[in-house]
Amino acid sequence: MSGGWVAAAQIATLVLVLALVHVPLGDHVARVLTPTRHSRVERGLYRVLRVDPEADQRWTVYALSVAAFSAVSVVVLWLLLSFQGHLGWANGTPDMPAAQGWNTAVSFVTNTNWQSYAGESALGYTVQAIGLTVQNFLSAAVGIAVVAALIRGLTRSRTDRLGNFWVDMTRLTLRLVLPLSFLAALVLVVSGVVQNLHAPQTFTTLAGGRQTVPGGLVASQEAVKELGTNGGGYYNANSAHPFENPDGFTNLFEIFLMLAIPFSLPRTFGRMVGSARQGLAIVAAMAVLYVGALATMLVVENAHPGAALQAAGGAMEGKETRFGIPLSALFAVSTTATSTGAVDSLHSSYTGLGGGVAMLNMLLGEISPGGTGSGLYGMLVLAVVTVFIGGLMVGRTPTYLGKQIGGRQMTFVASYLLATPAVVLLGLGVALLVPSARGAVLNGGPHALSEITYAFASAANNNGSAFAGLSANSDFYNVVLGFAMLVGRLLPIVLVLGLAGSLARQPVRPADSGTLPTHRPQFVVLLVAVVILVAGLTYLPALALGPIAEGLSA
Amino acid sequence: MTASVLADRPTAEQQPPRPPGRIGAGVFSPGSLLTALPTALRALDPRRMVRNPVMFVVEVGSVLCTVLCVTQYSGFVLSVTIWLSLTVLFANLADAVAEGRGKAQAASLRAGRATTTARRIDRDGRESSVAAGDLHRGDRVVCEAGDVIPGDGEVVEGVAAVDESAITGESAPVVRESGGDRSSVTGGTRVLSDRIVVEIRSEPGNSFVDRMIALVEGSQRQKTPNEIALNILLASLTIVFLLVTMALQPMASFSRAPQSVVVLVALLVCLIPTTIGALVSAIGVAGMDRLVQRNVLAMSGRAVEAAGDVSTLLLDKTGTITFGNRRADRFLAAPGVDEGALAEAVLAASLADETPEGRSVVELCASRYGLDPAVPTAGRTVEFSARTRMSGVDLPDGVQVRKGAVTAVAQWVAEHGGTVPGQSTHDADAIAADGGTALLLARTDRDGARVLGVLHLKDVVKPGIAERFSELRAMGIRTVMITGDSVPTARSIAREAGVDDFLAEATPEDKLAYIRTQQEGGRIVAMTGDGTNDAPALAQADVGVAMNTGTTAAKEAGNMVDLDSSPTKLIEIVEIGKQLLITRGALTTFSIANDVAKYFAILPAMFQVAYPGLAALNIMKLGSPQSAIISAVVFNALVIIALIPLAIRGVRYRPTSASKLLSRNLLLYGIGGLVVPFVGIKLIDLVVSLIPGVA
Repeated sequence: MSGGWVAAAQIATLVLVLALVHVPLGDHVARVLTPTRHSRVERGLYRVLRVDPEADQRWTVYALSVAAFSAVSVVVLWLLLSFQGHLGWANGTPDMPAAQGWNTAVSFVTNTNWQSYAGESALGYTVQAIGLTVQNFLSAAVGIAVVAALIRGLTRSRTDRLGNFWVDMTRLTLRLVLPLSFLAALVLVVSGVVQNLHAPQTFTTLAGGRQTVPGGLVASQEAVKELGTNGGGYYNANSAHPFENPDGFTNLFEIFLMLAIPFSLPRTFGRMVGSARQGLAIVAAMAVLYVGALATMLVVENAHPGAALQAAGGAMEGKETRFGIPLSALFAVSTTATSTGAVDSLHSSYTGLGGGVAMLNMLLGEISPGGTGSGLYGMLVLAVVTVFIGGLMVGRTPTYLGKQIGGRQMTFVASYLLATPAVVLLGLGVALLVPSARGAVLNGGPHALSEITYAFASAANNNGSAFAGLSANSDFYNVVLGFAMLVGRLLPIVLVLGLAGSLARQPVRPADSGTLPTHRPQFVVLLVAVVILVAGLTYLPALALGPIAEGLSA
Repeated sequence: MTASVLADRPTAEQQPPRPPGRIGAGVFSPGSLLTALPTALRALDPRRMVRNPVMFVVEVGSVLCTVLCVTQYSGFVLSVTIWLSLTVLFANLADAVAEGRGKAQAASLRAGRATTTARRIDRDGRESSVAAGDLHRGDRVVCEAGDVIPGDGEVVEGVAAVDESAITGESAPVVRESGGDRSSVTGGTRVLSDRIVVEIRSEPGNSFVDRMIALVEGSQRQKTPNEIALNILLASLTIVFLLVTMALQPMASFSRAPQSVVVLVALLVCLIPTTIGALVSAIGVAGMDRLVQRNVLAMSGRAVEAAGDVSTLLLDKTGTITFGNRRADRFLAAPGVDEGALAEAVLAASLADETPEGRSVVELCASRYGLDPAVPTAGRTVEFSARTRMSGVDLPDGVQVRKGAVTAVAQWVAEHGGTVPGQSTHDADAIAADGGTALLLARTDRDGARVLGVLHLKDVVKPGIAERFSELRAMGIRTVMITGDSVPTARSIAREAGVDDFLAEATPEDKLAYIRTQQEGGRIVAMTGDGTNDAPALAQADVGVAMNTGTTAAKEAGNMVDLDSSPTKLIEIVEIGKQLLITRGALTTFSIANDVAKYFAILPAMFQVAYPGLAALNIMKLGSPQSAIISAVVFNALVIIALIPLAIRGVRYRPTSASKLLSRNLLLYGIGGLVVPFVGIKLIDLVVSLIPGVA
């Protein structure tokens, strides 16, 4: 099967490129996060923002800065969306209704990029560029800034200072996200992604039908959409649209962009804590989970029982023939494992179990490798849980990188473990009790439950992809999912910063042979087991009644 | 006082060395389950249960099911209800068993503390009779032979033999005298001879025995930092699974398979970490108890936990690393002297020497040269004196043998017209340079005086101690030897014993400074001490073990007291601390891993009617949905009972590196925790399926 070999070669290329890139990229991020001197532009910005770049913040101030920044971002974006019809290049699209505007604003600020609207019919070019694209940059940087504070908490001792949020944001945006997105956008333009300000043009097709061909500043948004693990499509069809993702190369390139920063950040972590092997252990755990999901997805999508699927050589429904099953599966796994949420195929059309894999990727808490920054801090929190359980088993008060995990640390960690499941399960429960929300499903049977479960899994974990079929543009879903995204983003961030603050205060305890080693394969195995047992088991009933019931019914 | 009555407390020297590789498990007798039953039933009071959130949830669930049992009775509901209640009871049983052992100990302590009358010396110097409970700090009391000492204090006048068996369980009496490091006495102990005046140092109700009773009873037990952290994790897992169960009913209804409340409660109880939740406090109590069994009193559970974290051990050289006294190691014959003849002469000179050094010479002659020490030597013994600095024997045939300090014997040889050969001088210098003590041996006869050779005395390192230290090193613990010896002597012994560092010519200030430096480097330090001048260091150390023979100041400064006053006890304390943490971690892992099998039992049972495909998850092939749920609940309850012995005794601990320990415990309690419930639930199901009306 030559298609299989092509796919295998593409996956091998992806792995190779990621392996090559993660060291220099990770080191670069580490340098960005350890300021030595500031550029002229940065100094200018600090002066305008009245920020003292040398002033370090306590965790509470850092968290307040994140919250304030997010609040201002939501308000500004909401205003832009509410009046977007009056901005230039609106092409006759109307202002966005309040509830949908709230949902969209929160969605882009929280790096979720859940879309209850269709880009080409609901938004003009201006708001896409100055509203959504700007947030694509900033929300990506916020995640990395937060994980930077956590790493500083692990490396600093006897201090209550975690760095300066405004400096981190400025440097990450100007030195990391902006230049890399620029390069990526150039590659995409060259490969055929559109970048123009043409109004939509209507053509008469050969068959005599009428077709409207939209334009827009797509490539510039597309690049950061993937690189910043945002995922909000310029068009409704997202990366299945040929203007966003024209061919096999752009498909693979976009997958690479999603994975590049999340898989490189563990290197940054290793570099900042002074032991590359610590970073390697974290990236190994991420890779094990990612590869496991990919393998499962490939198996179930290629060998699903049923005459129609067998005849097609696998589950082709909802997938582009340009990409085929393996590369669609690769995209689906990458987008759900990284909190991107862009799609080049319809996850709802995947086999029952395939849809379940996509859901599980999100439900694990977006840590394999997760979003920019958020994936790493999620994994580090689970590493702390692992250290706690494993550390006890070696007869020591658990320590991670010399920091003791006591009651205060555990309070933050345990609340973190609780936060996202609470949002998912409460939201899901409430949606199932509200008749209008329950009735918004398209299908019957277990797939209907999957549609709602997927929506809350996606929102609370800030992924943003959707199981088609759910009519999500209702006031209920716009408002409730908006809150799910906001709480699912900010609550974990506050808890992570609290953990960072409590860790920074401690002195560092030197490691010896009685300390649990956290850089060996043994730890990776334990970490993966903890992720599956602690994060995964929570959702087994929901998965059993949705995708598993569907997958096992045939 | 007669010296013969007073034996010193047995030191480690006299105790057989513990075989390597084992921290002995504590004791557990199945009968204690039965005796603990009434206490366990009383503990069902919700006001007490609420302190343990995990088990409180189970109790609320079982009450809910009891109500349902009345309103919608069926054999299934009844079975689930009974086993949920048993789950709570079993958890209480674990606590009761663990605490019961301490209570028994406290009762015997109380019995020993008879209400005594004290003879207080009032300000005017007259004695008055006062109840022991009315004594205050600063009061002085007189105790004579036969009196029970009415309270903790210091001897300010006199010397006495004191029987401390009420506290230590050791029947040999000890000497207590005013001044110095042996001045502290404990209330409840008995004076055997002579008369002492004791100044009381504790307020009523706060004496050593009072504290001891409170400790072993667990009445003052506070949760330790690590226990608090674990409880937070367990509480959050409980809340997560509570949410899971709450969200499940809407999902089930949506899937047209609504579940009964009983089934949901059963699922919830199976998912929350009941196994570790039920046993966590018993593990803590049992850890303290294991210390008490080794005659160590920890003043707080925090100290026991800190013991597991210790990364630097300060050990006194004498008694811990070396035998207390120097011992003969070898003979170096002078040129032209036969080594056998030398040994015979040494034996002759030492037979009458009753000092430990003298005895060690005799032992060496017997063991290495096959000489029979039983043959009595005719002749006149010359006793050692500080002036001559040598001892020996004058034989009837006029031969004189002398053994002693090199300079003294050399002078004696010169006086008798002999010279010291260069070889022997060289040998003696080499021994001194290596930290040993050289004795010169010489004899005079008709031919004049001549040197026979050099006797090498050295501090003998206890056999097995070097292996012990390398074990400790594998556990990540640095050992530091504390000694008053000079640097060369200390270095030589340190090298031989294999300690990582040493502190020579150590003053109390040195110790304190050393501990501070270690702690600043993030290390957790443990030490033992007995003297008043040890008190600051004991207080500074994270784990300070005071010897019971030590002063009150030392005992107050430390956070543990070793009733045996054994210098090697510290190593055992560290191992017990580790064992406590490992037991906690192992059972947590086991508890969480159990959930997988329970899901596989209960989920298909709940939903295979609505979605027949889910029957594929029923990999245990359980008889019926109802028997599957009952089996999971029964397993969940029985596993608590099955693990009580493990919680009380603690898991087996072998000193080794963290990495190896983790692999072993993961295999045992992680993989075991995955597999065991699959087997257990299946077996229970085979039985349950046979019961009519239930399944």
